[in-house]
Amino acid sequence: MESAKVLDAKGLACPMPIVRTKKAINELESGDVLEIHATDKGAKSDLGAWAKSGGHELLKETEEGDVLKFWIKKV
Amino acid sequence: MPNPITTSELAKKVVNHEETLILDVRNTDEFDNWKIKGGNVEVINEPYFNLLDGIDPVAENLVKDQEVIVVCAKGGSSQMVAELLEEEGGFTNTYNLDGGMKAWSEHLEPVKMGNLKDGGSLYQFVRLGKGCLSYMVESDGEVAIIDTNRMIDIYEAFAKEKGVQIKHLIDTHLHADHISGGRALADKVGGTYHLPPKDATELTYDYKALEEGNDITVGNTKVKVQPIYSPGHTVGSTSLIIDDEYLLTGDILFVKSIGRPDLTGKAEDWVGDLRNSLYKLYKRLSEDLIVLPAHYSFAEELGQGGSVSARLGDLYQRNEGLQVDDEDVFRKMVTENLPPQPNAYQEIRETNMGKITPEDEKQREMETGPNRCAVHG
Repeated sequence: MESAKVLDAKGLACPMPIVRTKKAINELESGDVLEIHATDKGAKSDLGAWAKSGGHELLKETEEGDVLKFWIKKV
Repeated sequence: MPNPITTSELAKKVVNHEETLILDVRNTDEFDNWKIKGGNVEVINEPYFNLLDGIDPVAENLVKDQEVIVVCAKGGSSQMVAELLEEEGGFTNTYNLDGGMKAWSEHLEPVKMGNLKDGGSLYQFVRLGKGCLSYMVESDGEVAIIDTNRMIDIYEAFAKEKGVQIKHLIDTHLHADHISGGRALADKVGGTYHLPPKDATELTYDYKALEEGNDITVGNTKVKVQPIYSPGHTVGSTSLIIDDEYLLTGDILFVKSIGRPDLTGKAEDWVGDLRNSLYKLYKRLSEDLIVLPAHYSFAEELGQGGSVSARLGDLYQRNEGLQVDDEDVFRKMVTENLPPQPNAYQEIRETNMGKITPEDEKQREMETGPNRCAVHG
């Protein structure tokens, strides 16, 4: 999967991972994929819920050690 | 800047039935799963990420000088929303709950239940965020704590303030919905940990058998803690009669519901025990005993001052779980249509057995969410 941008939100606590994700998505074109790396466990359910509310598609999420990775396709 | 409010201050408002408006900004799944309830609390939900482009979704339903307590998982997002309400919305009376739902789930509110006959007193510790109830019997400088929660510092500080010594830590059964602090506190203060032997078969540490006939005395004034074997929620579940006045029912009988027998996968085996405990054993006890359970599920169960209790005879009149004459109907009720099982209940049981020792942060996470130990008739 090709990501148009990788957002490093590691070490950031709620609400910052979502605030940064929102900003990064705004700068992308429709159909682009944003890859997000985060360590805050709260990001997991919040990113899914946020993507859904904005109509974006959460393509994939993985957990590698402490790092949560998400791929979101802009609507 | 929004004012901080501590869990303790919020707990006082809840138990005193003060009008309280909470804006919970967690995502809606988390909110639906578990939220602040009780007293005169009104709670509305709007996820914080819906408010990043403007606070209109909530502002239009609120009055600007109204007191609004903003809550999230850990306190970070609610701080941001409370600031937005003040800066963008001109709100003047906003508070941010310190530590969020995580801290709320760990708050214990002590409520005095009464004086014991020969001196001493009984306290109920209400865990408002999770519906767990634990008890402290204090007499003549000594203390027994029953169904101790994980946050042992709170009991220790309370005992220290009263100048009393913690001697006995008693669990009515092996818990599956919360991590017991009984053994940890016993180790810390040099007390004795008591557990019913039938629930202790897989325990990896020493304990004293909580069994009928082995009465426990607190202080010199003979406050009697009398164990009554009452299986059904677990095979070992044991109730306690304290001072011939109070009946601590553990997870067998609650004020508005009854225990569930399925948390170890033995619903079919234990439903008969549960029925026997509720419909025969307790019936032989005095109707005037005050029932003190280990949980509550409904905000309306919180009485004045936040306490949860009921007279045994009254529960035989109005608790729906005690009104089922037909055994088959009862069997169906407690084995079918059960609520979801508590979060991480297997890991919690293994922690309570001493088989695993998760880090503090992991233990907190395991306990997230409501307790779900009851069957609602």
